Amino acid sequence: MSVTKLSNRIDQIFQEKKNNILSIYYTAGFPRRDDTVHIAEYLENAGVDLIEIGMPFSDPLADGPTIQHSGQKALQQGMTLKLLFEQLAHVRQTVNIPVILMGYMNPVLQFGVENFCRHCQQVGIDALILPDLPMQEYLKEYKDIFEAYGLYNIFMITPQTSEARIRLIDEHSHGFIYMVSSASITGAKSEIRPEQVAYFERVRKMQLKNPTLIGFGISNHDTFSTACTYANGALIGSAFIKVLEQSKDLEKDIQQYITAVRGR
Amino acid sequence: MAAVKELKKTSYQVNENGYYGKFGGAYIPEMLYPNIEELRENYLQIMQDPSFQAAFHQLLKDYVGRPTPLYFANRLSEKFGAKIYLKREDLCHTGAHKVNNTIGQILLARQLNKKFIIAETGAGQHGVATATVCALMGMECKVFMGALDMERQKPNVERMRILGAEVIPAVSGNQTLKDATNEAMRYWINYPVDSHYIIGSVVGPHPYPDMVARFQSVVSAEIRQQLLEQTGTEQPDYVIACVGGGSNAAGAYYHFLDEPDVKLIAAEAAGHGITSGESAATTALGRIGILHGSKTLLMQTDDGQVVEPYSISAGLDYPGIGPLHAHLYDTGRATFYSITDDEAMDAGILLSRLEGIIPAIESAHALGALHYMDLKPEDVVVISLSGRGDKDLETYIKWGKY
Repeated sequence: MSVTKLSNRIDQIFQEKKNNILSIYYTAGFPRRDDTVHIAEYLENAGVDLIEIGMPFSDPLADGPTIQHSGQKALQQGMTLKLLFEQLAHVRQTVNIPVILMGYMNPVLQFGVENFCRHCQQVGIDALILPDLPMQEYLKEYKDIFEAYGLYNIFMITPQTSEARIRLIDEHSHGFIYMVSSASITGAKSEIRPEQVAYFERVRKMQLKNPTLIGFGISNHDTFSTACTYANGALIGSAFIKVLEQSKDLEKDIQQYITAVRGR
Repeated sequence: MAAVKELKKTSYQVNENGYYGKFGGAYIPEMLYPNIEELRENYLQIMQDPSFQAAFHQLLKDYVGRPTPLYFANRLSEKFGAKIYLKREDLCHTGAHKVNNTIGQILLARQLNKKFIIAETGAGQHGVATATVCALMGMECKVFMGALDMERQKPNVERMRILGAEVIPAVSGNQTLKDATNEAMRYWINYPVDSHYIIGSVVGPHPYPDMVARFQSVVSAEIRQQLLEQTGTEQPDYVIACVGGGSNAAGAYYHFLDEPDVKLIAAEAAGHGITSGESAATTALGRIGILHGSKTLLMQTDDGQVVEPYSISAGLDYPGIGPLHAHLYDTGRATFYSITDDEAMDAGILLSRLEGIIPAIESAHALGALHYMDLKPEDVVVISLSGRGDKDLETYIKWGKY
């Protein structure tokens, strides 16, 4: 196990704050191709704790229609990984909170895994979420490269993940664990049901060494607060993409949405 | 009836991590991990159980109509100057080899106590084969099909509905096979406990490629036995099959993989030609990549976005190939030819005229490869005639050159 670097912005966030951590996902190059950095700035100003930027992919297996559509539109608008790194070249001049890149393995593979990690480090990315990179492959092929460039790999757990596997994931995790709220793709549900609460409770009782954030189906103040009762915070994706889709004034609408989710 | 023999471990078999050389694996989100793990832990044990084998082979015999004939094609042989045999998978119930796999997987799904079945389909052949076995077993069936493909393949949509399946249009992406596969996997993520996903080809995360290849391997098991009876030797010089995802090829090659004297020939769909921008020739145009849970050769942009393939044959327009075939290509074990729409259609008409058999356009690609081969009169050539042409009548009519 490598030495945990306290320089990672994610660790700093969780040291400063134990509750009500809000992470927001949005797709790079959406709604307009060059909105990527502005949205990050508006999110930080609105008081968001972490940002996940989605790397669009033609075949996003784990995503529901909202995120699929945003990715497809971004690709149509000419979004590529190369362009994303160009957009993010100076993001650290204006954005201080942790930035995570989230996406599928194939574009990363074509970019070259080490080249990708080097670019991530250069622009100031803190972690990666790659849903179709299984843990065993990560440990065997990618862990050393990710760590060499100071990148955390965020793992997911679901209601079907066994206790033994959750322990294993906890052992290999840095930053936080992404608790998928139900058996679903992104954006599927709009409320939190009793069987989900039972699963949240079960995981909480395991007293994992890593913080947990709950994602999938979190959309508003109610679901965010419920999630925060059982975990260190929550992640919002599809609901935020819908805000972006309808927005005429990104800065104002992002501020309003985040304030509403926080319930202030 | 030839029993499916357990093979020696060879370099062409999947390894314990689910790889064929550098291809394969299980690149799936954590949401699917329990499903895939359940399959991986159980599939070999279930499949090798004598009572399972007995039930499988009984259905293949009485319901599918196996063994399918190995037919010596006299006039075709004369035309190409070799001894050409056709493995008549077109005579299977539902009209193609696809049903070998759906029979196997639905029996396996029952062993795993699954309540309902999901499947993807492109042209509709695998969807029909799945809907058929679901009717046979009284299981609920949902088939995902690209909305565009539903337009293009209306008769098969109705066949599935007649059989009691629900056909769900995939409206994401380009609304074809690739997107139907995405939708089926998304549905599986949403209903992970009670559903079994019957993948139709040797694609997807491990153990699917190996499992489907094993169910289809009945084809090469029969070829061996039938060749022995007809020629006195079990080994042909060539086995030719078309490759989209590659399930009929995997079945036709399976028991010859470890016998280097048997040359394996794969026919890919070149569409309008490999440089035309409208093609499905994955080995000619693809690079290593990850799609639908498997690391394999994949048609894609420099940025790693998957490219929409094209072929006149709806069963061959998949942007990847099964990891076994990527490995056979990479190691040179199989020789790949790119067959254009025109070449395939000509070959389909040729077979119709010489032998009185109208082949599926997929299978016509395999016949198209004959023109590129340097055959000797004593060569024994087996062609996998994977499906019949009934479903393609409209395409033949539109083609018109007959």
